[in-house]
Parts: sequence; structure tokens; C-alpha cells
Amino acid sequence: MLSIKNLYASVEGQEILKGINLEIKPGEVHAIMGPNGSGKSTLANVLAGKDDYEITADEITFLGENLLDKSPETRAKDGLFLSFQYPVEIPGVPMVNFIKTAVNEHRKHRGEKELTAGEFLKLMRKKMELVELKTKLTNRSVNEGFSGGEKKKNEIFQMAMLEPKLAILDETDSGLDIDALKTVANGVNALKSPETSSIVITHYQRLLDYIVPDFVHVLYHGKIVKSGGKELAFELEEKGYDWIKKENGN
Amino acid sequence: MEEKDRIINDVTQSEYKYGFVTDIETDIIETGLNENVIRIISAKKNEPEFMLEFRLNAFRKWQKMKMPDWAYLKIPPIDFQKISYYAAPKTEAKYESLDEVDPDLLDTFNKLGIPVEEQKHLAGVAVDIVMDSVSVKTTFKDTLAEKGIIFCSFSDAVKEHPELIKKYLGQAVPVADNYFSALNSAVFSDGSFCYIPKGVRCPMELSTYFRINAANTGQFERTLIIADDDSYVSYLEGCTAPMRDENQLHAAVVAIITMDRAEVKYSTVQNWYPGNKEGVGGVYNFVTKRGICRGVSSKISWTQVETGSAITWKYPSCILLGDNSVGEFNSVAVTNNYQQADTGSKMIHIGKNTKSTIISKGISAGKSNNSYRGLVKVMPGAKNSRNFSQCDSLLLNDTCGAHTFPYIDVQNKSSIVEHEATTSKIGEDQIFYCNQRGIDTETAIGMIVNGYAKEVLNKLPMEFAVEAQKLLQISLEGSVG
Amino acid sequence: MSVLVEKADLSLKYISHYNKVKEILFEGSSYVLNDVRNRAFQDFIIQGIPTQKNENYKYTNLNPRFLPDFEFVHHKENNNVDIKTVFRCDVPQLNLEPRLIFNGWYHRISNESLNLPEGVILCSLAEIANNNPDLIKEYYGKIAKTDSDSMVALNTAYAKDGYFLYIPKNVIVEKPIQLINFLQAETDTFVTQRNLIIIEQGASTNLIFCDHTLNLNNYLNNSVTEIFVGENANLDYYTLQNQHNRTSSINSVFIQQERDSVATTHTYSLHGGLIRNNLKFVLNGENAEANMYGMAFLDRKQHIDNFTQIIHAKPNCQSNQVYKNVLDGESTGAFSGMIHVVRDAQNTNAFQQNNNLLLTDEAKMQTKPQLIIDADDVKCSHGATVGQIDEEAMFYLRARGIDEDKARLMMMNAFAHDVVRKIKVEALGNRIDELVEKRLNGEIARCHECAYNCEM
Ligand SMILES: Nc1ncnc2c1ncn2[C@@H]1O[C@H](COP(=O)(O)OP(=O)(O)OP(=O)(O)O)[C@@H](O)[C@H]1O
Ligand SMILES: [Mg+2]
Repeated sequence: MLSIKNLYASVEGQEILKGINLEIKPGEVHAIMGPNGSGKSTLANVLAGKDDYEITADEITFLGENLLDKSPETRAKDGLFLSFQYPVEIPGVPMVNFIKTAVNEHRKHRGEKELTAGEFLKLMRKKMELVELKTKLTNRSVNEGFSGGEKKKNEIFQMAMLEPKLAILDETDSGLDIDALKTVANGVNALKSPETSSIVITHYQRLLDYIVPDFVHVLYHGKIVKSGGKELAFELEEKGYDWIKKENGN
Repeated sequence: MEEKDRIINDVTQSEYKYGFVTDIETDIIETGLNENVIRIISAKKNEPEFMLEFRLNAFRKWQKMKMPDWAYLKIPPIDFQKISYYAAPKTEAKYESLDEVDPDLLDTFNKLGIPVEEQKHLAGVAVDIVMDSVSVKTTFKDTLAEKGIIFCSFSDAVKEHPELIKKYLGQAVPVADNYFSALNSAVFSDGSFCYIPKGVRCPMELSTYFRINAANTGQFERTLIIADDDSYVSYLEGCTAPMRDENQLHAAVVAIITMDRAEVKYSTVQNWYPGNKEGVGGVYNFVTKRGICRGVSSKISWTQVETGSAITWKYPSCILLGDNSVGEFNSVAVTNNYQQADTGSKMIHIGKNTKSTIISKGISAGKSNNSYRGLVKVMPGAKNSRNFSQCDSLLLNDTCGAHTFPYIDVQNKSSIVEHEATTSKIGEDQIFYCNQRGIDTETAIGMIVNGYAKEVLNKLPMEFAVEAQKLLQISLEGSVG
Repeated sequence: MSVLVEKADLSLKYISHYNKVKEILFEGSSYVLNDVRNRAFQDFIIQGIPTQKNENYKYTNLNPRFLPDFEFVHHKENNNVDIKTVFRCDVPQLNLEPRLIFNGWYHRISNESLNLPEGVILCSLAEIANNNPDLIKEYYGKIAKTDSDSMVALNTAYAKDGYFLYIPKNVIVEKPIQLINFLQAETDTFVTQRNLIIIEQGASTNLIFCDHTLNLNNYLNNSVTEIFVGENANLDYYTLQNQHNRTSSINSVFIQQERDSVATTHTYSLHGGLIRNNLKFVLNGENAEANMYGMAFLDRKQHIDNFTQIIHAKPNCQSNQVYKNVLDGESTGAFSGMIHVVRDAQNTNAFQQNNNLLLTDEAKMQTKPQLIIDADDVKCSHGATVGQIDEEAMFYLRARGIDEDKARLMMMNAFAHDVVRKIKVEALGNRIDELVEKRLNGEIARCHECAYNCEM
């Protein structure tokens, strides 16, 4: 699915990612944890194609193709979805218009015909139920005036609409109450299949109770310094990051 | 309401505490302006021929120019023939040690709150004092010389470093840039000169104090600061004048040039005599300040706290020539009684990736008028440039005025310019909140105004920030309710 | 020096023309128009055609626009234009009976059914001035001052006709009133149009004013509109500017509002060679509300200059301004907006926003928002931005699979939508949304099916 070899990324001369290696196979769930500022969101942004960074890598392939050559929209249409840590508000762009355009762009890319207004509305209603997103939200502009939790739900709603192959969830659990957390997790799990994979970036073990990872990685100072099974998340929850920091001479 | 009136009264009664006259003998020339006067000034200063030429050329240009009338100011007609263009303390102004200085003069400095002695030994501030046009004393010259820094009076610089003066004079501020710069170029008497060599960080704040003392004189000083590659200097300027019923003219020129990666911070606390509460007297402050960021990644920042002068006309500017260069303008301008201020900044983006920021806080009280005027211009070649301007005005009563006149001109698509301005009254609810916590109105206003201006005050060097804060308090103390 | 001479010559042309046609101008015109004519002419002589040295015309060079050897239209022409053949308003459901202004002259369309409520008058200014001078003499020339703008002076000197609209006390005109402004002549033509709108206390109306140019000559249209909005009255005034690149339009609108009134202007500039919109509001009664919305799309060498002034003359009033420009090609835009709160106009809220998008490196924008505040209990703000589309929002859209061009278009639509959503006539709003989209797509956004179908 995704293969990252020796990825470096820097911004304004400051190196943030310092040699990331990661291999994700179809059907796998990978959790990435790590202290604030360690580079988690940067990794997610780089994969989604944000061009703020200077990037070098031996290789990054997504579904067997070179990822770095592609525009953000092509990556998205190929099936890479990023749930943003801080979804941006876009005043004036109506939510419905936005998501309809996105869905139809994806369909065109796959050689499918565009949805009619009726089909689209039906699909939208179905997916909204899935994440319990209120109708009033889709009547507004993209993310405008949404609460923190509503923004996160909206991300998962969009993910459900777009049915990606690889979903990167950047702290999708932050700011969610416990019920919302379950709903979001259910939404994510509903989309799980042997062909799809996800990267779950989080600070909390509790999300991983609902979305069970196959692997847990610890990102620290721009490097994956530890990888393990789901027990690693428990260990981190219990002990914090100090021991990791010590092990890595800091 | 009564409380408010009382407080306003208090403020308008409050005395200008720098309004004393120093009784020292002054060498003053006849009032009037003509070529002969200019020759006299040049001769009195033993200037080389090129300086006289510079002055005469400027004078001829000035004669053809007209007083600018575009500012939001009511400037009474000025009779330039009634002003004396040269006044110097008669005592020979060069001393080996402070003991030789006229005690009256020293007293002046002490009253100004600049204890030269103390500063020399404790504060570590090198001060150049310009009194009635002539540089009286430059402290710390030797300490600075060790680092290769030149910090001296303009007249000395003309004699000792003519090559530098020849090269840079009139570069940042061309002679005929405007009416007052032309006048200054013709008659300027002294000022400060500063050169920071390559790679040198000036170890102390450099400072100039200006004072107009003699009656019927104008002050026309000129400051030139050159920061060579990779150098840094922070420069302070302060000013005061005695209380006199007639208006005094101050038309200064300050020019800054920064080379590659150099940085100059220029801070001003302007506290010229503002006139009395009926609007009689006070200094006309018509100043041209301009910096050129010649080198790549160089930076010039202007910070000003303007509380004095009857009329202020002043627009410190940056020409961002070098790629990646940065210009900043931070200003607090307070007007009270009949004061008028029209001040702001110009940022001209020429190099690529240039950045500028303008923060202006205007505070108006009494019957004053306070205007922000600014220009942000992004030239076609200034790709990826960025400007942000924030201009806020605070009105303290219903008899004053606050005005905003920004000009924005963008000529390429990759640049972003943002301007925001707000005008509002001081918040009753904020004052009430303070009152409710037991803080009296006067203090509350002081706190609010200082908080309002904080963003700018924070940019001042420590020594100045304290003085500026006090000044704000004095100029406004409770002038609101 | 030669520039100076040329400039003087240019004004001279219009001065000597006045002297030449003076009799024609006075003849057949009401004393209401004639009484101020000479004075206006003198004001024009003093001021001349404004140059860029004039602070108010700093960003717009009118002089070349006055150069062509224009014909003047001092008489009502017989026009056989069948409105149905040259123009079909394609705003669906708007269903109006439009009135026509032809080269500055009001034309009654033969079988026009005057389906207006009782007492409402919509007619030619010349006609009302002759038949009922008492109705207009209190208003004509009262807010359009000839001594402060030479274009107003020139208009007042040459004025013979235009439209007149009168809505009597407490009359609510439900259906929007539409006026079509046609320019069509055999040669390059200078057009003077003078309009007057009186909305009495408690009355209300929507007015839609559409511009159209029918052939490829050079036109200069100098129009002045005075609008009086009475106590508690309500006006929505829509202007759709849609003229070809050889048209210069100088459009001065003056609005005076009494207490509790609401007046809103919507100015859509979709096409035009040079457009100068002068818009001056005077809030002359407490609790009045003024709104000004403007949206312009320019390309090629087009130029727009929106020059607004709002005078808060009384306390407790509110004003809003939102002007947006999208500049493509080598187009140039200017905005100059002044908010003046006079002494004692306490409790004023004034808000102004001007946002601009530059799509190319050749496009240029100059903006000059100004605040002159002489009262203290005010909340005033202005903001101006020049830049490109928010890159973070662009990335978000692209990360959802929307390609760059489409995302850009969506963002531009969103940019415009802020203004478009202020349109209260729904059919018009939808149509303008569509036109904006078409315009942004690069399709020519003429809002009518022009028989000439020119590409200018
Ligand atoms: N565009 C940028 N400009 C400057 N610094 C940046 C930029 N993007 C990221 N950084 C810096 O890179 C580091 C890593 O940031 P990143 O957002 O990837 O951290 P994170 O691991 O996601 O942290 P958190 O857990 O708080 O979300 C931080 O120090 C951040 O300040
Ligand atoms: Mg993060």
C-alpha cells in the first residue's frame, strides 16, 4: 500500500523529519504516537502533498506508484485521505457543493459516471447517519463556525463519502467527547476492509481501544524510534515518553 | 460625567515638565534665510567646499518648492525669514571631561532626566546631545572606537570622515524629497553620524538627545546611520524644548542605510513642547525619516512614541531594496489639547520576499486631531512580498478626532497585503471592570491605554520603555471617563 | 509644459461646445434644470477635467477618455429599436416590464403597461421638470454639488434628460423596477444622463439598473443620480454594469437618507472599459442604515475605480461596505472609500471591507480606505487586502481530490459569494451567481442576448 524509505523533510532550513521508514500493507492499521512537535502532522502533510516542505527521500510509493510526483488532488483521487488535525474554515464555500464536487472528481478519476443530485443526496444522508452529523452543518460553509468536535466528525463524514484506500487520521480523537469518539471510531471501522489501510495519529490509548492497531510506532525528533504491537500503546500510556527520551539520549 | 470633566481638566492643567529655559550664552545669528546665511552657517562650521555646494543646491531647490498641504493638518503660515538658522551654546562645545562643561548645561541635562555622568558609568548608553543645533557632547566615543564604530557629531564626521559623508549624504533622503528635507539640507547645523563596520554588533544602545533652547530658533539636525554587512545597532532619540509662546520649528532628517544582513533599530521618544492648553506655542515637528535596506536580508525597524509637538508631520519609511529585507514601523502617537499629528509610515517593496509590518496606535484627547497616514507599495519585481498593517485609534472624548489614511498599491500577484484599522472609544466596560475591582478611573485609564500601546512599547529598549510609559501617563493621565 | 496645454485644450473642447449649444440646452428645459446650468458650467471651467493630480482621481486617468471626437446627444432621438429584438432580460422569473434609457434619454415604450401602484411616477426627467417643477425643485441639484466634482458640474451643465422615479408616502412597490440603459449611435458618442429618485416616508422599492452597449463605437457616459430616501423608507438599488471595452462610464450616485431609513446599493461590474463609480451617502437622520456592496471582475486592460464616501451626519447610524475585485489580465482596480463621522454623530457603527484578488502579475490594485472620525462613541473599522487565494484552503480542497483549477474557481466563487448573497431579489441573486461563475470560467458574461453579439 504505502512504502516510505528514508524520508527527510525540512521547513525554512529546519529539519523536521529525519529519515522516516515505514511500510504499510493492505488491511493494516498503524498507530503513530509521539510527543508534541515530534513531526507527526508534518509526516501526514508531506504524504498528502502540502508543498511547504523541502523533501528528500529514497523512495515513497503509494499503491506501487511514486507518490512525490503527484499533485495533492491526484493523491486524494488515488485513494489517500488525510483527516486534518486542524481542518481549515472556508467561508463562502457551501459544504454540499464542496463534497459533491469532491465525490464526483473521485468518480471521474475511477471512470465512473457522476452522481445525479438525487443519488448524491441519498448517499450523503446515509453517510451522515454513520457519523451522526447534523444536517444543519452541511448547510453551512466548509467548517465555518463548526465546534472542534464537529470539525472532526465532518472529516470522518468526508472520509466515508470518499471511501479512501489509505486514511491518515491526524488526532481525529482530540476534542471529541466519549460518545463522539465511539461514533467516529465506528465510522472508521465501518470502512475497514482487507484492501484498505489506515494510519492513526493519536496521543491517547483510548482511541486504540476502538480502532485496534496492528502496529504502533513512536515518532520522536523526526524519527521512528520504536515500533511494536498494540501493547506499546499501553506502555506509553502508563509510562509517558520519558523513557523513550532517555533511550534516545535526551 | 463630572469625574470625566475633572480628569480632563487635570490633564489640560498638567505642566510640561521639560519647559525650562537654560540660561547660557548662545551664539546666535540674525534671523532670515538667504544664500548668505547659508554661507555663514557653512563658514561657522568650517565646512569643506562640497558641503557648501550641497547646501546651496538644496536651498535653490527649496526656494522652488511649496509647503505640502495634503496632510490632515492646519498649519499656520510660517515666516521662514523670522527664524534664526543657527544657535549654539557659546561655550566651546568640546570637552575632555565633563568637569569642563558649563554647570548650567549639565543642569539642563539633569533636568531632562539624562544624567550624563550616571549614564556614562552605569547605564552604558553612549549619548550624543544636540542642543540648539550643535552637538554638545558625545560620550563613550573611545569605547566605541575600539570596535571600529564611528559615533560622533555630524560636523566632526564631515571633517574626519568626509569620504563616508560624501558617499552617503542625500542617498536615503534626496535633497528635494520634500519641502522640509530640502530646507534641512540647506541649513542643517549638526546632528549625529554613526557607522557600524562589517560584522560588528554595537555593544550598547546609541542615543541622541535633542533640545531646542534659544528663542526664535529652528532646529535642523541631521542623523545618518550606516550599518555595514552583518552589523547591528540600536539607536535612541529623545527630544525636549522649553515652553515658549511662539512656535518653534524643528525640521530634521534621519537617514539609515543597511547593507547585507545588517539590522538597525531606531527608537524615538518625541516630547517636544506641545503648546499650552489653549494651543499657544509649541514645536512644529516636520521630520523626514527614511531607511534603505540596501543589502539582502537586512532589517530596519522604526519605533516611535510621539507625545509632544504642536504639529507633527512625520512618516518614517523603509525602502526594501535588498531581497528578503524587512521593514517595521511601530508607533504610539498621543495628541491632547490642540495638538495635531499626521504621522505614519511608507513601506516600498522592491526586492523579492520582502516583508513589512506597520503597527500604529493613535490616542486622541482634548481638541486634538490625530491621523495615521501610510503607503504600502509593492513593485512588480517584489515577488512574494508581504505586508501587514494594523492601525488602531482610541478616542478619549467627543471633541477630538482620529483619522486614518492608508494607501495601498500592489503590482504583482504573488504578494499579500493586509490592512486593518479600527477606531473606537475607550471601553466603559473595561473601566467599570477595573472600578469594580477597586481600581480608580484614572489608574484604570492609564492601565488600559498602556495596555493598548503595549505592543509598541514592548519594542522599545528597556531604558526608553520606562520613560515612554511615564510620558503616556503624563500626557493622558485620566483624560477620560 | 505641453501636457498642461493639452489638458487645458481638452477641457476647452467641452467648454466651447457648451457655448456653442447653449441655446439648445436651455431650450425646452424646465427652469429647474436651467437655473443651475450656468453656475455648473462655471464650476466646470474652474475645475476642468480632473487629472491624476486631483487626490480624488489619483487612480483614474480620465483624460484619454475625453479625447475622442465625440458627438453629443442634446435631443431625444427617434429610436425604432424594438426592445424585444435587441434585448431579452434573461433573469428568469424576474418578469419585469423594463423601461429604457437610450443615450441618456428616457423612452416610453409604446405599449408599455404601467403596472405600478397608485401615485408612483416613473417617467422622463425633462417631462416631469416641465409638467410639475414644484415636485422636483426641492431636490434637483441639492446633493450633487457642482463645486466639488467637475464631472457633476459637467453633467449639470449638459443635463437635459434621464429618468425620474417618485414613490409617494407609505407606498410599497413589491415588484422590482428595471431600467435598461442603452448606448447606441452611429459614431463615437458622449452621453449625459441625469436621474432623480424620490422615495417618500415609509415607502419602499427595488430598482434594477442595467447597462448595455449595442455597437463598437467609443462611448463616454457621464451620469448623475440623486436619490432621496425619506424617513423610514427603504431602497435597494442594483446596478449591473456590462458594457464593452470601448465604453467609459462615470457614474455618480448621491443618496441622502432621513431617519430610520435603509438604503442599500449593489454594484456589479461585470464588464466595461473604464468604470468610475462615485457613490456618496449622507446619513441625515438618526438610526439610518446604509449598505454598499460592490463586486467587479476585470480582465484585459479594463479599469475600475470605486470611489465611495459616507457621511455620518447624525448619531445612531450604521453603515456597511463590502467591495471585492477580481483582477485578471492587465486590468487595474482602485478603491477609495471614506467614512466620515462628524462631530456629535455619536453611537456610530461604520464598517468597511475591500478585498482584492490579483490573478496575474500584470494586474494592479490600489486601495485607499479612509476614516475621518470626529466623534468618540463610535465603532469604526476598515480592512483592505490584496493577495491571492488562501493557500491553506486550496490545499484542503485539493486534498479532497478537487483539481487545482476547479479549487481555484470554487475559492473565487466563495470570494464573490460574500457580496452576491446580499442580493434580496432572489431571481437576480441566482442569475448573478451564475454570471459570476460564467465570468470566472472565462465565458463572456453578458447578461442579455445581445443582437450584435460583439466580442468587445
Ligand atoms: N510550516 C512550518 N513552519 C515552521 N515550523 C514548522 C512548520 N510545520 C511544522 N513546523 C515545526 O515542526 C515541528 C513538528 O511539527 P508537527 O506539527 O509535525 O508536530 P506534531 O508531532 O504533529 O505535534 P502535535 O502532537 O502537537 O500535533 C514543530 O516544532 C513545528 O513547530
Ligand atoms: Mg500534530
